[in-house]
Amino acid sequence: MSIRFSFGGDEHIFAEVSEEMSLEAFFTSLSMTNAVKQAGIKGVTEICPANASFQVKYDPDQIKPGDLLRELQSMEGAASKSDATLKTRIMEIPVYYQDPWTHETLMRFRERHQDPKATDLEYAAAVNGLGSVEDFVQAHSSQPWFVSMVGFVAGLPFLYQMVERKRQLQVPKYLRPRTDTPKLTIGHGGCFSCIYSVRGAGGYQMFGVTPMPIYDPNQQVSYLRDEMCLFRPGDIVKWKPISRDQYDADIEAVNANKFLPTIRETSFSLTDFNKDINGTNAKLMEVLHGR
Amino acid sequence: MAVKIIAPGLSTTVQDLGRPGYYHLGIPISGGMDRFALRAANMLVGNDESAAVLEAVFMGPEIEFTTAATVAVTGGELPPKVNGDERPTWEAFPVKAGDKLSFGFLKSGARAYIAVSGGIDVPVKLGSRSTYTLGALGGHEGRALKAGDSLPLGQGGAGKGAVPANLRRGPGNPAELRMLPGLYWHRITAEAGKQFFADTWKVAPEADRIGYRFKGGKALDFVPRTPPFGAGSDPSNIVDACYPYGSVQVPSGTEPIVLHRDAVSGGGYMMLGTIISADMDLIGQLQPHSPARFVEVTLDQALAARHDRQAAIARVRDHLQR
Repeated sequence: MSIRFSFGGDEHIFAEVSEEMSLEAFFTSLSMTNAVKQAGIKGVTEICPANASFQVKYDPDQIKPGDLLRELQSMEGAASKSDATLKTRIMEIPVYYQDPWTHETLMRFRERHQDPKATDLEYAAAVNGLGSVEDFVQAHSSQPWFVSMVGFVAGLPFLYQMVERKRQLQVPKYLRPRTDTPKLTIGHGGCFSCIYSVRGAGGYQMFGVTPMPIYDPNQQVSYLRDEMCLFRPGDIVKWKPISRDQYDADIEAVNANKFLPTIRETSFSLTDFNKDINGTNAKLMEVLHGR
Repeated sequence: MAVKIIAPGLSTTVQDLGRPGYYHLGIPISGGMDRFALRAANMLVGNDESAAVLEAVFMGPEIEFTTAATVAVTGGELPPKVNGDERPTWEAFPVKAGDKLSFGFLKSGARAYIAVSGGIDVPVKLGSRSTYTLGALGGHEGRALKAGDSLPLGQGGAGKGAVPANLRRGPGNPAELRMLPGLYWHRITAEAGKQFFADTWKVAPEADRIGYRFKGGKALDFVPRTPPFGAGSDPSNIVDACYPYGSVQVPSGTEPIVLHRDAVSGGGYMMLGTIISADMDLIGQLQPHSPARFVEVTLDQALAARHDRQAAIARVRDHLQR
């Protein structure tokens, strides 16, 4: 994998690790951005890892663009050879699939959708060759997902499904983006799921909502006092389908600031994962459920 | 010591020079879209150049002062009035406690910067007082101002003087936005690339602090490809990646969008290149329907333009310190 570098104007260097998405590309991007952080290069102001690429913002009054480019290129060899192991977290995100709020929203934007007669979930099930919405929800929620990027808007995680490529769920984005998406919607576009951290525009298919806040600019939510954004690249997520009753109970707990998400420390090795995907995921579930 | 908002205008927000360091979490830099005008306004009232001011778009607010202060309005030509009497733009003027500041109709540009001596002293969030409305972060309660809001002022110094017209900076007609091609430029054909720079575009109504959309040029032809896994089937799709500030994305190859200070930090559309840092201020002063051209530059030309802009700010600084 050879990284393609490009200047983004006079203040950014953009780096594409791979045109296509893979966990290998993500790990290279992450080890490159970690290396840039550790190098403490004068003039570097922002270091942003993404799914299969990354970006460095810098002040060209402090470092010449060409010098920074050479420095980044010199790190490439070490990054691609580095051991793809992460100390990370696994967390459970409750999801109320087929909720009334995303349903109301998707009905308002039907003319922007590939299949105006179906709901987003019905469409997603059909294009993935699954017989029913229930089968799709099962496929979506049975295996964990990897946070391969945080961004678009504040604290929004992009999630990559931890299964063999042929089993990965893929759904096209809306034909034209919506101007509205409920806060905390679980969305999906291409091979990525996401959680919309704030209400706003969006082009991903809408599957459900989570009651669990993931971004709090006021830093009042008990688990968001230190960091206003919950997710970091490398986090692992397991969706937990919940009922309307459970959703209402969770919302009540959130409003009383008593909701506590299940988050456990763990480690992840890409080599082990590639050797035995089901076995690795089963172990992650044991960590999550404290067994 | 405060300013009270009697009427908020169309969308008036507290902005300073922004909030770097959190783009990797999707929190953009924010801050004044026209930073040249923001700095000049602060210099005129004797503030630190990075103090927080009000950024008003298209329409001015109406404000009452609870204390005597020095005020300056720069940026777009939005004529200020004190108790109904017009005051000049780009010039410091005094107000007394109880005075009301209002504005006439916008004559040119798009955004006015209203600096008050002492600066707008809202709480600092992640190192900045700037408002990021999409994330409900910073500024006054994370949102555009509303009637009835009261904003505290810092301890003010003395301001005076004016910025003469020859030291100001604004977009031409058509605006010429210099762009360094790159990023995913290779996705379009050579012919489409030439046409992109040859066309005169128009600012679309969807133009805000997140980004400016342009219409009216020819749709781009893409180089054929097999979609990479995870990118999506549209020829303009990429595996979701970071977006530089000023990057020019073209969803479906039709309408370019230039991301600005409240940029979305990443997404799945190819970018043709990046507007150079020196010309970001100019975009903030473009009204919908105004014409604009994209002008190809090299990295060396971008760096030279960056120094020219810094020199222009230094000339204002020198002029006001004399």
